[in-house]
Amino acid sequence: MKFSESWLRTLVNPSLSSEALAHLLTMAGLEVEERAGVAAAFDKVVVAQVLSKEKHPDADRLNLLSVDVGLAEPLAIVCGAQNVSVGMKAPCALVGAKLPGIEIKQAKVRGIASFGMMCSSKELGLAEESSGLLELAVDAVVGQSIREHLDLDDHLLTLKLTPNRCDCLSVYGIAREVAALTGVELKALSPASFKQSSAHSRKVKVTASSACPRYTGRVIAGVNAKATTPAWMVQRLERCGLRSISALVDVTNYVLLELGQPLHAFDLSKLNGDIEVRFARAGESLKVLNEQTVELKADMLVIADSKNPVALAGVMGGADSAVDDATTDIFLESAFFAPGVIVGKSRQLGFGSDSSYRFERGVDFASTQIALDRATQLILDICGGEAGAVTEVKNDLPARQPVKLRTARVQRVLGVVLAADEIAQILSRLGMVLQRQSDEFLVTPPSYRFDIAIEEDLIEEVARVHGYENIQPVPPQASMSILPQVEALLPLAKVRQALVQRDYQETINYAFVEAGWESDLCGNATPIALKNPIASQMSVMRSSLLGGLLAALRTNLARKQPRVRLFEVGGCFAAQGDSYVQHERLAGLAYGGALSEQWGAPARNVDFYDVKGDIEALFASRILKFQAEAHPASHPGRSAKILLDEHVIGWIGEIHPQWQQQYDLPQAVVWFEVDLAALLAASVPVASEVSKFPPVRRDLAVVVDESVSVQSLLTALHDDKAPFVVEMGLFDVYRGKGVEEGKKSLAFRVLLQDTRKTLTDIDIDQSIARLTEVLQRQGAQLRA
Amino acid sequence: MQELQIILDDALKSFAVIADAAELENAKARYLGKEGSLTGLLKGLGKLTAEERPAAGARINQVKQQIEAALQARRDVLQNQALQQKLAAEALDVTLPGRGLGVGGLHPVTRTLERIETLFHSVGFEVATGPEIENDFYNFTALNIPADHPARAMHDTFYIDDQHVLRTHTSPIQIRYMEAHFAQFAQQESMPDIRIIAPGRVYRVDSDATHSPMFHQVEGLWIGEKVSFADLKGVVADFLKRFFETDDLQVRFRPSFFPFTEPSAEMDLSWGDGWLEIGGCGMVHPNVLKHVNIDSEKYQGFAFGLGVERLAMLRYGVNDLRLFFENDLQFLKQFS
Repeated sequence: MKFSESWLRTLVNPSLSSEALAHLLTMAGLEVEERAGVAAAFDKVVVAQVLSKEKHPDADRLNLLSVDVGLAEPLAIVCGAQNVSVGMKAPCALVGAKLPGIEIKQAKVRGIASFGMMCSSKELGLAEESSGLLELAVDAVVGQSIREHLDLDDHLLTLKLTPNRCDCLSVYGIAREVAALTGVELKALSPASFKQSSAHSRKVKVTASSACPRYTGRVIAGVNAKATTPAWMVQRLERCGLRSISALVDVTNYVLLELGQPLHAFDLSKLNGDIEVRFARAGESLKVLNEQTVELKADMLVIADSKNPVALAGVMGGADSAVDDATTDIFLESAFFAPGVIVGKSRQLGFGSDSSYRFERGVDFASTQIALDRATQLILDICGGEAGAVTEVKNDLPARQPVKLRTARVQRVLGVVLAADEIAQILSRLGMVLQRQSDEFLVTPPSYRFDIAIEEDLIEEVARVHGYENIQPVPPQASMSILPQVEALLPLAKVRQALVQRDYQETINYAFVEAGWESDLCGNATPIALKNPIASQMSVMRSSLLGGLLAALRTNLARKQPRVRLFEVGGCFAAQGDSYVQHERLAGLAYGGALSEQWGAPARNVDFYDVKGDIEALFASRILKFQAEAHPASHPGRSAKILLDEHVIGWIGEIHPQWQQQYDLPQAVVWFEVDLAALLAASVPVASEVSKFPPVRRDLAVVVDESVSVQSLLTALHDDKAPFVVEMGLFDVYRGKGVEEGKKSLAFRVLLQDTRKTLTDIDIDQSIARLTEVLQRQGAQLRA
Repeated sequence: MQELQIILDDALKSFAVIADAAELENAKARYLGKEGSLTGLLKGLGKLTAEERPAAGARINQVKQQIEAALQARRDVLQNQALQQKLAAEALDVTLPGRGLGVGGLHPVTRTLERIETLFHSVGFEVATGPEIENDFYNFTALNIPADHPARAMHDTFYIDDQHVLRTHTSPIQIRYMEAHFAQFAQQESMPDIRIIAPGRVYRVDSDATHSPMFHQVEGLWIGEKVSFADLKGVVADFLKRFFETDDLQVRFRPSFFPFTEPSAEMDLSWGDGWLEIGGCGMVHPNVLKHVNIDSEKYQGFAFGLGVERLAMLRYGVNDLRLFFENDLQFLKQFS
């Protein structure tokens, strides 16, 4: 809601500066989003009248003017404007005036002295563009400051109103609020003084009575639709952001801004028969004022004549019944439509209006006829005509139920001591009607408040007027208890830190991604789609973090980063029946050098095993298993699922060369993704006995086919549970001279130890023999 | 025994100029070896009388000890010299960069969230979470925002289907937590206070220099028997002072409207010449408590929602919201 401060001050005029007034409104919950002067700071510009005009002897386009500026003698001024004429009134900047950009000095223009400058709107900084002098009203007082004449010291205030404060969607409503906040008197609107002088009227039938609890209207006959809207009204409309259209439309808009009551003027000659307020019927349509044709639905309230709908009630009038320059008789409507009937319609229609914006929030149903009379008076004043009698249909208006308010409750909720008297005073100023019983009240809110239903609503009103800043903050006080801390659960912060220590940078990517990423990288042809995505590349919910990480990688490659290691922790989404599930995952990728380029280590690109090592470190001391298995994102020969306790908890792989090419990645990328819950579910350590006897190491070297996985051998070795074996691990892989083509040589380290004795050679040999046999059963040949 | 003196002088002189350990041992043989001059003298003792022998023997031994001492001293010198040479040869250019992996870093939003969690944890707020695809009930209805309410227009919502949205705020976590909390203590006379913060991603259909379609909020909730608006102001002001590590901070609460709080307030922080909105707050609306079966006559409390990116921008001097989601390493590395 944008409005002119000086208009407001005609209704309530507290002795506050413009700035202080804005602060007052903001601190009362009517946030002033913007406050701007209507004109830049300038002075010494006055209303002037052109007394005479002669051609400049040396310049065709210039005139020599004699101008009355209210001084004893007229001024000689050289003027280049084309619209200048004798008798016209226009602003004149006197010598010494400082206009935006220029200072006016006495000067010679083509040899002739000029004692000031006649001004256009642009020169005064009032418009971006203008042609010729700003022509002023004929009754403008010569010599008066232009600032005063055009009210240029006015400020425009833009309120960012919350949806509950529909009562402040008008200048009068804001004035009422200012009066309540400051205690300054609210001036009464000048009462309508016209007499009903026309016998014309229209019958109105309200079929949808609960949707339209109050409908008033009257005929005004013989209006001059071509009348000029007075300058003061045009100025106020413009300052509130509305363009002047025609006198009849301007008046309805003016009253909308002034009182917050939407009005509509129909061209009476275009209405057939009586008026009916009803819901639309199947198959009906209506062309509205914005030229759109609306296919009406059964929940849309319309104003209809005896044949067709003529307006979308509370939203927009119909194009066919609109007033125009030829209009002579009008039917002026002022109604109260129930908010519930209008709400949601603008979203449904794809357009709204100043009317629907107000009706869906709530319009004061007590001022329906006041607004009708106010508009009638203005139309008669401006366009002439004869007013007919009011037709009114009234049904059950919204009830204003009294709400109980307890002083003790106010104090308990707000945490301040406030006396019942003070509370009573605040509520009365807000127009509430009070019934008091000692420290309790029954409060009836006024018709223009649609947001007072329960005690807390009143508490907020009390707090708001008392001032939030007058409620003293209290440091938190609570009974102390130590918060639970589950030791078996790894803190996420620690996991993140572990990755950071392994040179990964955390990223945060959008959870909505390109559908193509889902199909390419996850084999997900039916991702969860947004109904209203902001862009096609953000249209589906991710089922994996990989796409976002690859996009972040590409961003950084485009910025010439040679080595990129990223991770993200976040939700991945999947449909489940009628609902959706979210899995928290941790994913990472590594690209470029295994180490950053450095003098002391050979340059080598990161590979599968580097990243595998990172994952193993993350899960330490738990033992992961990696099983070769294809993944849509990965190179089929360099892809594995990750198992923990036989459950698949993640994936690791090198990006498939196809995607590498498609996503413009010059080098291979190794990625992983693991289930966060599995990662965090560690356990509390349980200590076991430490042996005092030295361990014995034996190595087992075998040759196996390339196709045999190390994991299968290790699993077989572990499963055998040979006595005294405390640790086994692979420490060498060899291919080449001495090993047959298609085979590889593997060397395992075996540590044996007992907690009760030093092992004998017999003990050791027996265990090693068992392990050797295990390996042989797996097809391994012992290496000589 | 002038001969002894000559041997001694000769030995000392020759040791002093030897620069090589092996040569020194050879020189030793010349005096103390089997054929050495001093050994020769000792062998010659037998030719002396029994009266002369002890004195002569003692003198020879004295010289022998002197030679041995000189020998050892020279050995030490040579050894030390050798060590010094070795050390000098082994010296490194300590200014060469260290070897190995570098260190990555946390995203500034995570850094901020961790800081917020730590601060609130210190006064007993636990962390709660909830789903980002929310159903209509938790995101709106339970928060006192019925269908078609104009307040829904305040949330430019991403829809998945008629019943599901991307949560527009972290407030649904309040509802989920309160429901569970109430159920846990339903059989008891009174329930303990609820004190949680709920951080997370939220989504709005909005994208420009100051709006991101995805951003982070931290929701705070404290429900008890006497938790008041004054407490809300106290907790939030206290938090902000600790977060920005200054007592010299002005926080302003001004009336606002949220369907799920009453009274409601917008929180502004004084910054530079003006005020910056950092979030909304208020006393939990009785209808919200009713939705989770909590008796609003007995229990009351506050909720607040803070914009995490806004806090991060102010704290770290970031001036463009979009930087947080571009994931440019040049930006992210600054928070390592």
